[in-house]
Amino acid sequence: MSGLDRRTFLRGVMGGAAVSVGLPLFDGFLNVNGTALASGAPLPLRFGTWFWGCGMNPERWNPTAEGADYELGPELQAIAGVQEHVTVLSGFNMNLDGEANHPHKSGVMGTLTGTAPPKPDDVPAPTLDILISDELGSATRFRSLEMAATGSAKHSYSRRGQNVVNAAEVSPLALYTRIFGTGFQDPNAAEFEPDPRVLLRQSVISAVKDDRTRLESQLGAHDRRRLDDYLTALRQLERQLELQLSAPPPLDACAPPEAPAEGEVGADIVRARENHELMTKLLLMALACDQTRVFNMVFSYGASNLHLPGSQTGHHTLTHEELIDPELGYQPRATYFVGSSMEAWASLVAAMAAFPEGDGTLLDNSLVMAHSETSFAKIHDVLGLPIMLAGRAGGRVVPGIHVAGRGDPVTRVGLTLQQLMGLSVDRWGTRSMETNRGISEIFA
Amino acid sequence: MGGPLAMRRLTAEQYKRAVADVFGADIKVAGRFEPDARRDGLVAVGGSWSTTTPSSFEQSESRALSIAAQVVDETHRAQFVACEPPPAGEADDACAAEFVRGIGRQLFRRPLTEEEVEARVAIAANTTRATADFHAGLQFALASLLLAPEFLFRVEQGEPDPTDPQHMLLTSGSVASRLSYFLWNTTPDEELLAATEGGQLLSDEALGAQVDRLLASPRLEEGMRAFFADVYSFDDFEDVSKDTILYPAFSRTLLEDAQEQTLRVIIDHLISQRGDFRDLFTTRKSFMTRTLGLVYGVPVATRDGWEPFEFPEGSLRSGIYTHASLMALHSHPGRSSPTMRGIFVREAIMCQPVSAAPADVTFSVVQETDNVEFKTGRERLLAHQTDKACAKCHKVMDPIGLGLDNFDAIGAYRATENGVPIDTSGDVSGEEFSDTRDLGRVLHDHPAVPACLVENLYRYAVGRDTALSERRLLRYLEGRFEESGYRLHDLLRLIAMSDGFRTASERRAVETQPEDEV
Repeated sequence: MSGLDRRTFLRGVMGGAAVSVGLPLFDGFLNVNGTALASGAPLPLRFGTWFWGCGMNPERWNPTAEGADYELGPELQAIAGVQEHVTVLSGFNMNLDGEANHPHKSGVMGTLTGTAPPKPDDVPAPTLDILISDELGSATRFRSLEMAATGSAKHSYSRRGQNVVNAAEVSPLALYTRIFGTGFQDPNAAEFEPDPRVLLRQSVISAVKDDRTRLESQLGAHDRRRLDDYLTALRQLERQLELQLSAPPPLDACAPPEAPAEGEVGADIVRARENHELMTKLLLMALACDQTRVFNMVFSYGASNLHLPGSQTGHHTLTHEELIDPELGYQPRATYFVGSSMEAWASLVAAMAAFPEGDGTLLDNSLVMAHSETSFAKIHDVLGLPIMLAGRAGGRVVPGIHVAGRGDPVTRVGLTLQQLMGLSVDRWGTRSMETNRGISEIFA
Repeated sequence: MGGPLAMRRLTAEQYKRAVADVFGADIKVAGRFEPDARRDGLVAVGGSWSTTTPSSFEQSESRALSIAAQVVDETHRAQFVACEPPPAGEADDACAAEFVRGIGRQLFRRPLTEEEVEARVAIAANTTRATADFHAGLQFALASLLLAPEFLFRVEQGEPDPTDPQHMLLTSGSVASRLSYFLWNTTPDEELLAATEGGQLLSDEALGAQVDRLLASPRLEEGMRAFFADVYSFDDFEDVSKDTILYPAFSRTLLEDAQEQTLRVIIDHLISQRGDFRDLFTTRKSFMTRTLGLVYGVPVATRDGWEPFEFPEGSLRSGIYTHASLMALHSHPGRSSPTMRGIFVREAIMCQPVSAAPADVTFSVVQETDNVEFKTGRERLLAHQTDKACAKCHKVMDPIGLGLDNFDAIGAYRATENGVPIDTSGDVSGEEFSDTRDLGRVLHDHPAVPACLVENLYRYAVGRDTALSERRLLRYLEGRFEESGYRLHDLLRLIAMSDGFRTASERRAVETQPEDEV
């Protein structure tokens, strides 16, 4: 039985003569494991991305004057109520470096990976959110949460590798169940009772992990990397289970919500707005209850499939086929979706700004980047990508200003965000997108 | 000959079918699966690349625990647990080992190693002591099998060919797995597992006997449904929604019935009738439900369920590619898309990849059209064709799609669009057609169509794109397929017995595709 001796079954706690799982068994365990945030520690820092598809009309969206109190063009009117929290980064470019402009793909890869993808489906991963979640996410139950308002789990840009896509939650009820269902521990519960099954679940995972050596030796490099992805995922669950064995520190702002009703999902704008609203509520509470510190919300995916109920053509098709109204100077039907997307973004910012946490709000302890894959979608323009930031990142950021990029690479944004989130990185991006210049204007 | 050995992630469907086959159809498989990734047109190929994310692993774990709990509950345990439970709180290592060995062999598609068994017996023993429940011990032991990479992935193994050590052969067990998933889309059954012992399946006779057995089984139907659903991207139906104000007949039921209709026609024609594959593009034979009757505009007598149906002679519904399923799948939410339909026929039916939109595409041609509202799809698309860069591909895609423009975004017939009669004439590489009746005949007679089936089935079977060195094999298979009168059974047997199916090169070394893959 040498195989048995090697195994760290139940991490030695339940071995020997234990007869039943009782609290005394856990005491020792908890003493070993008491690394959780003590009450009174600083509130956690959060990072999020918020994506909308098919960009905007630059002359109607971009502010002109820089600095605070920037004027709002017609397509940014929606953020008027939250302008003090929102920084606009205009005029930052995705440089294609001789690669093709893959419609609706190149631009977003530029912002999230700092590299022009050679082929349409190339993802020069990891994406920005993954880099940041490696810094912020290891202390929480979920390293990050991905959500999409348009009903497709594939609508996610969060990738650790070319083929490792963090699928999006699309149903508010499923999102609720994942966060607040089994395995959720209310940080403010009067008594902490660890679930004895957690130890058993750990033993299940541990055996799987021990099997891997044999398998590894049989695999080529391609499949070993895929097995590594599997083990990364496994360790994340191990970490979640470990957290469940210790009492979470109380969090005043955390009040587990009621489960939302089972609803319909889909890409019509009314439904997408509703689901975005519902998921936002759950997300905010997940952040306040410190279940995750990183999130990625896709309001609509690249080449947005949003459409109006009863309309023949959706957002993406309209951007290409609707004529530019000669009097207005833009495409009114396509532009409707820009306005609606900005309203949804503003609603997220407003909700975070209205969510009290500590002496301030949830938004004060967060930094959220809103971005799109194009500026003017009709021609798939990746110059002057529209980007916004919201939040103070725990006092690290001055919000509410307009910074004009003047054609600088969009990687300056990604580099700045990594630095703000505490990564020690001094340059980011490849080829002409490589930069060592953060955006100092926004540093507090 | 042969390509790299693969490590293929089970699709959601394969996972569910494996569980149903090993434990019974009444075991519930809950939770969200990671979306299956398509590569080079097939999920079966994408499965050799797809991996595991933290959120999907979370789901896998809770799914494993829930399946295992059902297997050992009072209703089911008698089928799987041979011994009487020991006195409360006591472990029974021998009994647990037997349980783990028996089920593990089915789940891992090979006998477990002693180490793998011991690890699970230890879980069972410790859990039993901790919970005073023997069956809980078995539950957690089983959960750890269901969570293992060797269950979640089909890990193919090779060994040197004894007669020619330069060449790698798939092991008997790996051939069995390939065969079972190729023809039945599920885990190998007991007879197939038994046939792998001692490397027996390496001989032509033993393999041939198993191939014939699997081909003769009614389960072939499930396997071929999975293949056609993969090659025609039926997983994309999940993302299909239609505007119900424009299309009041649209519903989830309609989409489900439409997919089922197409699969029924394919299975009936190819398997039950053993028909000529090419006739799928001209056949008027079909099946109907009342829901479908609304879209096709035909009366359906059967209240609930299916009835055979034949479109009248001269009907534009000639061939499966005119079905509501494929028309709805390759359309926008609010209108048809000749371009998407053209790409579908070119890529999935003819295996002629259409290049992506050029890098410098501006779509500005549509912008310069003097405020003329285009009435029909043809008018809209002609605008693209005035631009050389656009025209290069649109000339390949659009004519076929425009030939199908008599069918709207849910596949219902229409003679006009915005009051203007629809012109469906066009040509496929010079072969002219005036509507879908001709177009079906053009596809029927086009050599690319059966060659495409051969290529897709082969890639589906081996889980990777074809290598340059396999060109000759493909030509050979195409020739034999033609000689057989384009009968699916013959082609399946040829593929399963081919060297390409049973041999391997070294393991895949790098993340990207090797240069020589075509």
